[in-house]
Amino acid sequence: MDAFLFLVLAAIAVVSALNLVVQTHPISSALSLVGVMGSLAVLYLLLGAEFIAAAQMIVYAGAIMVLFIFVIMLLNAGGERLTRRSAYVKIFGVPLMALFLGLVSFVIQAALPRGEMVVFGAFTHGGPADIGRSLFTQYLLPFEVVSVLILIAILGAIVLARKEID
Amino acid sequence: MPASNGVPLNWYLILSAILFCLGIAGFLYRRNVITVFMSIELMLNAVNLSFVTFSYQFKQVDGHIFTFFVMVVAAAEAAVGLAIILTVFKNRQTLQVDDVNSLKN
Amino acid sequence: MNFLLLTLIKVALVAAVFLTALAYLQWIERKVLAHIQLRPGPYRVGPHGLLQPLADVIKLVTKEGFIPSHVNKFFYVLAPFVAVALALTTISVLPFGPEIQVFGIHTWMQLTDLKIGVLFVLAVSAVSVYGVALAGWASNNKYSLLGGLRSSAQMVSYELPYAVAIAAPLLLLNTLSFREIVNAQAGFYFGFIPRWSVFQLPFPQIFSFVLFLIAGFAETNRIPFDLPEAENELVAGYHTEYSSMKFAAFFMAEYANMITVALVATLLFLGGWHPPLPGAISNYIPTAVLVLVAAICFYHGAQPYRKWDRFTFPIAGVISLLLAGLFLVPLVQPILMPLFWFVAKAGLLLFIFIWVRGTLPRFRYDQLMHFAWTFLFPVAILNLLVTGLLVALFPK
Repeated sequence: MDAFLFLVLAAIAVVSALNLVVQTHPISSALSLVGVMGSLAVLYLLLGAEFIAAAQMIVYAGAIMVLFIFVIMLLNAGGERLTRRSAYVKIFGVPLMALFLGLVSFVIQAALPRGEMVVFGAFTHGGPADIGRSLFTQYLLPFEVVSVLILIAILGAIVLARKEID
Repeated sequence: MPASNGVPLNWYLILSAILFCLGIAGFLYRRNVITVFMSIELMLNAVNLSFVTFSYQFKQVDGHIFTFFVMVVAAAEAAVGLAIILTVFKNRQTLQVDDVNSLKN
Repeated sequence: MNFLLLTLIKVALVAAVFLTALAYLQWIERKVLAHIQLRPGPYRVGPHGLLQPLADVIKLVTKEGFIPSHVNKFFYVLAPFVAVALALTTISVLPFGPEIQVFGIHTWMQLTDLKIGVLFVLAVSAVSVYGVALAGWASNNKYSLLGGLRSSAQMVSYELPYAVAIAAPLLLLNTLSFREIVNAQAGFYFGFIPRWSVFQLPFPQIFSFVLFLIAGFAETNRIPFDLPEAENELVAGYHTEYSSMKFAAFFMAEYANMITVALVATLLFLGGWHPPLPGAISNYIPTAVLVLVAAICFYHGAQPYRKWDRFTFPIAGVISLLLAGLFLVPLVQPILMPLFWFVAKAGLLLFIFIWVRGTLPRFRYDQLMHFAWTFLFPVAILNLLVTGLLVALFPK
């Protein structure tokens, strides 16, 4: 059952990611990315990361991607045109990418030879309580720093998107 | 070890690698600023999957915390990045990355 | 296998009841609005228009599924499916009652209980904006696009006060699982004040409740926040280009979202299925109410205004009496009583939804955004801070 779920979700994720790359219209790409995020959220659940799965849907799919789609709809930009460099990328990129992927896979296989299994339900400490405890004790300083970062980002976005730019 | 009941940890990492490579491909291949930006998000997602997988391997929540921080940074990045894209579009009426090169000419 | 069979039965039951409730909520809305405006409302199909939902469904199903030539076909067809599927998903984590025993089998009146149930509801409501945004974009029509844009901006903005208003009672209840949320609200203060979140010490969540309802109106695109489909500005907003079952899907999604918000509010703030009165008195309230209804029906049947009242009212009265008797049967009482209170509370909230629609005018778009960011969100944050402070000062 685990293997079946993993394969189905991995297939959805890979096909959606591929679709992101090959689609010419940004809206199709954005929705493919939402598909990747949704299947990753379920994979997180299989890995026992309940809170992260929910946060993935709320923050990534529900806020960030909605922002993307909002901007795409607002600008109503059509498809893109490809330049000469893109053609080179098409010819040389695919073999190089396959080579890189093979290398990474080899390293992963070599570094993790024990072949540990992921069993659903074996790791149950990914709930909100555990994350919160860790976040507000061990990782308190990064948490506060990140909140300042968010504040800066808000200010930056407002300054940039203002109507009159001096 | 229940071989029939479970998925090798490697599979998750390889899936993460595949998604990361597709993100790089999109980043290099696409010419639309928004799609390029989305490819970066795809790479971040792939890395998040690795974090959560390693968190499972070590039976600790630290990987989850890192994922959480990556999400927060991605949100901040999206807010600023999309504001920049809006400004660029307002000034140049284009989203092609090749057309935003007035410093070069 | 037993688990699978039981779950399938429960899914079928919940789906059947939920979809019927959707159809009849629309009938109730039309009736209530009509009575607010001194009209009779739907009256022709069946007694008092009771079969109107059936007629509507037949009309919508048999209508031609027309796809305009200028739309983006794939997304145009996808959007209503996304909207309705997401709207119907939330019901799977909401409990309707406590653990019950049917034919010797113990089971909860709930499809599944997630440890992160509340986050699941938030996640689904965060993603449900896609249906509307996509419909607006794919229709390739400026009014639809404006509707879609408005809706995505509105739903993202109101998501914040919505989530923050939910967070405050969670500080009191200390769990994210709906089952435990309701269990944490059992019991009474001084023997008569129920320990629901809206009354619970140290800080009664009455402000959260109001904030949640306001944000819920905006999340479900209801009047006074129905800017995405403001018909005097945008024809019909994002569903201008939709007809037949695809239009019906949006319609269903709107009502399903409305029911979901009402159920979540009931579970989080109004104590779920716990009765408002202590002791055995509360077990006789539904019987008393139904007997009263039967008495009114018999009175009107004896003095008919219309030709058919002589027959229809006594029949309704007899049905009410039978139901009243059913609530007294000891075998089914433990099943029916929690359901009655749950449905009564959720029904009251749904009535408020309809009442507001019949009463308030629509906001202007800038007022809507101003309200969210300069009033609703700061107040929700303040409420959360005060709740957190009081919970920290007076631990249980």
